[in-house]
Amino acid sequence: MIIQAIFIVMTLCTLGGAVGVVSSRNLFHSALYLILSFFGVAGYYVLLSAGFLAVIQLMVYIGAIAILILFAIMFSRESAMNSAKESQANRQRWLGLPVAMGLFISLIAVIIPVNWPIQQTAPTTDMVRDLGVAFLTSYLIPFEVVSVLLSVALIGAVMLAREENPPVKETK
Amino acid sequence: MDPIIVYAITIVVEFIKILVIATVLMLAAAMGMPLTERKLVGRFTLRYGPNRVGPFGLLQPIADTFKMFFKEELVPGHVDWWVYVMAPGITLVPILLVFAVIPIAREAVAIPFTERMLGLPLMLTPWIADINVGVLYMAAIGSLATYGIILGGWSSNNKYSLLGGLRTSAQMISYELPLGTALLSVVLITGTMQIRDIVEWQGKFGGLAWLIFLQPVAFLIFFISSLAEAGRSPFDLPETENELIGGFVTEYGGMKFALFFGAEYLHVILLSTITTALFLGGWNFPILGQFAILQPFIFIAKVVAMIFMVIWVRTAVPRLRFDKLMAFSWKFMLPLGLLNLMVTALVAAILFF
Repeated sequence: MIIQAIFIVMTLCTLGGAVGVVSSRNLFHSALYLILSFFGVAGYYVLLSAGFLAVIQLMVYIGAIAILILFAIMFSRESAMNSAKESQANRQRWLGLPVAMGLFISLIAVIIPVNWPIQQTAPTTDMVRDLGVAFLTSYLIPFEVVSVLLSVALIGAVMLAREENPPVKETK
Repeated sequence: MDPIIVYAITIVVEFIKILVIATVLMLAAAMGMPLTERKLVGRFTLRYGPNRVGPFGLLQPIADTFKMFFKEELVPGHVDWWVYVMAPGITLVPILLVFAVIPIAREAVAIPFTERMLGLPLMLTPWIADINVGVLYMAAIGSLATYGIILGGWSSNNKYSLLGGLRTSAQMISYELPLGTALLSVVLITGTMQIRDIVEWQGKFGGLAWLIFLQPVAFLIFFISSLAEAGRSPFDLPETENELIGGFVTEYGGMKFALFFGAEYLHVILLSTITTALFLGGWNFPILGQFAILQPFIFIAKVVAMIFMVIWVRTAVPRLRFDKLMAFSWKFMLPLGLLNLMVTALVAAILFF
């Protein structure tokens, strides 16, 4: 009962936040709705007894990515404080509708027929250890590939941010 | 006794405990900290500090609180109302939430007389939630406090506030990384993320295996980064009075202003508490730590010592320039933290496996 109530609240957070992101006319408010949505997803992880993933969701998405989004928006102050006047949709909106509906229907078609098994054993308590062992044994190659990808992104960011012609060093 | 009634009573007891802890913390942050800080800063700078209201100025915080309560709740017309009003609360609540995972003693004690009344003793645990990813929880929830400052700075619609908010977000993101390396070093040594187990681990060698001795570099990195996260001097760039008027608090007054300041003091208590649990051995102390009744007092004594350190640093170190602050984090603290992490991992791998 309590679990279901929490689930409903979390769903309202996630979906309401998602609707807010696309419907809000203020860029900064959209970013805040996005954070609400992230919170809802973190709540789902807690309900699934995946505390580790919930905390990581908070740390990575809310603690880092969303802060960077806000940081970037704050640099464009004029457009952020004044709400947008023009329409938020572009010419392809009627094209987007059937695509979104098609995606929704195909997802539902995949989810409904599956017989979701209910496990009798309690979920693992020491999730961090299990994850670590899995990463370094059976999922070693995907893990390494992701590491390389992240390193490439990091180096790429530094290369993009680097000045083309560094200014002459000022004299002390 | 019906198990459901026992369950209900347990929930009520836990709820009262949370309420009491939150009240004590808020009182300490709103009343105790300002007086302590003003008195100590006064002494450090060869002044008396507050000494007019009550004996030794002890009633000064009560006078200040009443003043704050009776201020008019003013909301400037040019602000973004919802975000502006939410910001002080968003600063305060995450900091309060982090205290939930801090254990202040080893064993749970049975509440007297409950065994006779209920049939089984009702246990009072010296922590609220002892979760197995406590260290991560601390880092994740603690970083949410940044949002209050960013939202306050943006919603005030004032360029000085906005600059304060911008500086805060840059500062917090930069100092979270060295903080993370310090926390990871602790986790590597103790092999657990549960804070109670980390404190328990430090009870070796007669209660003196404090991680400050085993991980001095991690301790320094953690302490400095925590000061930056809390926005304390020498890292109080978000509100630099001489450059930004008041930074993110410029447009705030009355109780909303008081909430921001309460949050800052609460953050100081929080960083002292976390440092005590992770680096100063928590309730462990040679000989004295054996007595269960003394453990909470040992813990609180260490917290008070850390708070004293934080105030001492404030008076001793001048404020950094913003570019130096960023360079200090990225060019010194982060490489040092990573190096410390690598050495720790190597030593842990050789010793423990």
